[in-house]
Amino acid sequence: MNPTTAAVRAGVQRGAIELRNSFTNAQDLWNYFFPTIILLVTMFFMRGASVPGTSFSLGARTLPSALGMGLAFGGLLGLSQQLIVDREDGTLLRAKATPNGMLGYLIGKIVMLSAVAMIGFALQLTPALFFLDGIRLTDGGAWLTMAWVVPLGLVATLPLGAVIGSLIENPRNMGLVVLPIFGLIALSGIFYPVNGYPGWLQAVAQAFPIYWLGLGMRSALLPPELAAVELGGSWRHVETFGVLGLWAVLGLTLAPVVLRRMARRESGSRVAARREKAMQRVV
Amino acid sequence: MTAVELPGVAPTPHPPDEELVLDVRDLRMRYGTVDVLHGVDLTARRGEVLALLGPNGAGKTTTIEILEGFRMRSAGEVRVLGVDPGRGDERWRARMGVVLQSWRDHGKWRVRDLLAHLGTFYAPYATDRIIRPWPVDELLDAVGLTPHASKRVHQLSGGQRRRLDVAVGIVGRPELLFLDEPTVGFDPAARREFHDLVHRLADLDETTILLTTHDLDEAEKLADRILILAGGRIIADGSPDELARRVAGDAEIRWTRDGERFVHVAADATGFVRDLLNEHGDGVQELEIRRASLEDAYMALVYEEESGVRAGTAAASVWRQGSTS
Repeated sequence: MNPTTAAVRAGVQRGAIELRNSFTNAQDLWNYFFPTIILLVTMFFMRGASVPGTSFSLGARTLPSALGMGLAFGGLLGLSQQLIVDREDGTLLRAKATPNGMLGYLIGKIVMLSAVAMIGFALQLTPALFFLDGIRLTDGGAWLTMAWVVPLGLVATLPLGAVIGSLIENPRNMGLVVLPIFGLIALSGIFYPVNGYPGWLQAVAQAFPIYWLGLGMRSALLPPELAAVELGGSWRHVETFGVLGLWAVLGLTLAPVVLRRMARRESGSRVAARREKAMQRVV
Repeated sequence: MTAVELPGVAPTPHPPDEELVLDVRDLRMRYGTVDVLHGVDLTARRGEVLALLGPNGAGKTTTIEILEGFRMRSAGEVRVLGVDPGRGDERWRARMGVVLQSWRDHGKWRVRDLLAHLGTFYAPYATDRIIRPWPVDELLDAVGLTPHASKRVHQLSGGQRRRLDVAVGIVGRPELLFLDEPTVGFDPAARREFHDLVHRLADLDETTILLTTHDLDEAEKLADRILILAGGRIIADGSPDELARRVAGDAEIRWTRDGERFVHVAADATGFVRDLLNEHGDGVQELEIRRASLEDAYMALVYEEESGVRAGTAAASVWRQGSTS
């Protein structure tokens, strides 16, 4: 077998094993379910309120937005967090010491994080359908839209997550990334439409992929009339594709360079130095 | 030798020796303005076990990481398995094993899953002579982890974890194996088993092994050749016995006579004892002759390097004073 093919296969296998390991681990399960429960509770209490200017349930509007946010969150934070942790504990160095190991490692992460994103997606969507009205899941067009928004969203955010994860060496600095992302989520019209925001804030929100993932998911799952309350009064599919595509190109261009630079610097002594630091933190 | 042709190998000015697995000439490393390695020379033949000793900060880790291809060197000529490690490809990587100092990576993985998974990366690099990877059951058996095969990695004890590190290092049946302080945290039984494994790898599989250790007893047991790295260069290179002899032809002789203890250091221990017995006969009791050990040699050589650089002290006299006091 060709070594690259072997590494790709091993990577897929790695993703499957990590997924299984993760879903048999109480801590990880809690991490997956807890935010989902919070979101469902939030949407449950928002179901009575309506989207400004319409009689449509605000809770039902939040569901697709939150699904989009979940994708962005998983892509940006999931991969960066894993890279930081795996670099600290030497997982990455092991991958580097293995022929084509870095390729296998990355494919494994992408498989695993995509699967976690999909599972999270289903976990939020399924129960919400029982108490929210107006979500068009039976419509073929909805699935067609999701079929390009979801993969494009992952491709736009996963490489960016890899870049972030490569640049941050100390897990303690994770907050530098988490806080701005929470800020962006607040800006991006996930829980409330951005129409009321000042123009410059709307511009900031629209520069980042989270807004467009929310919009893309809303366009898939909400009735067409709801497009009227979006910016520009339309679902803006072309713009969604354009902005997410730009982020994807940017991420895919930067990620290999940054990842290679980070991997090149990994060695036993660097891992040992980080271990020492982490031990001091514990004590 | 192997029929594997390695691309990208630059012609070497000295005659290439097919049997040389490691060939390092005048290796230099500089961090900023500090020179860490000032011209390291070392070679290793196929199947040889080398122990790299030296005080902390002598440059052992830097040297090994350069050979592993994890760090770029400042200058010097280095061939590892015939390839410049700065330009080694994945095929080259597949021919060597690195035993890392593990910490808590892959904690959720089961031992068997991890070894099987890492092994799959090596399968395309199998040759007629070397079947890769090492079958998981045999490998588990070789490192004594068979009873723990379905445990999760974070459930292993320190010694078991270390054996897993060794297993990960050899899963690809390496031609060259790097072991960085392999037996730290081993109990005596685990250490003995590990030593047997190293002998087996070197003798049966002709694996070349470069290990670092602070345990001189271990170095003496395992290594065909010992290299002492101090002050950024190799200050001694030879079998444990050669090193001990090189430092001190002198032996320490102890005896008691009329209830009094005597200690004497002599180059010709046999002659001294002959004279001693001729003179005092039965009066000499509890006679003991101690040749310099590897530890003595190590201490003397490192001391010589460290103090010699500063004050130019003659090491032999230091050694003599040190051992008779």
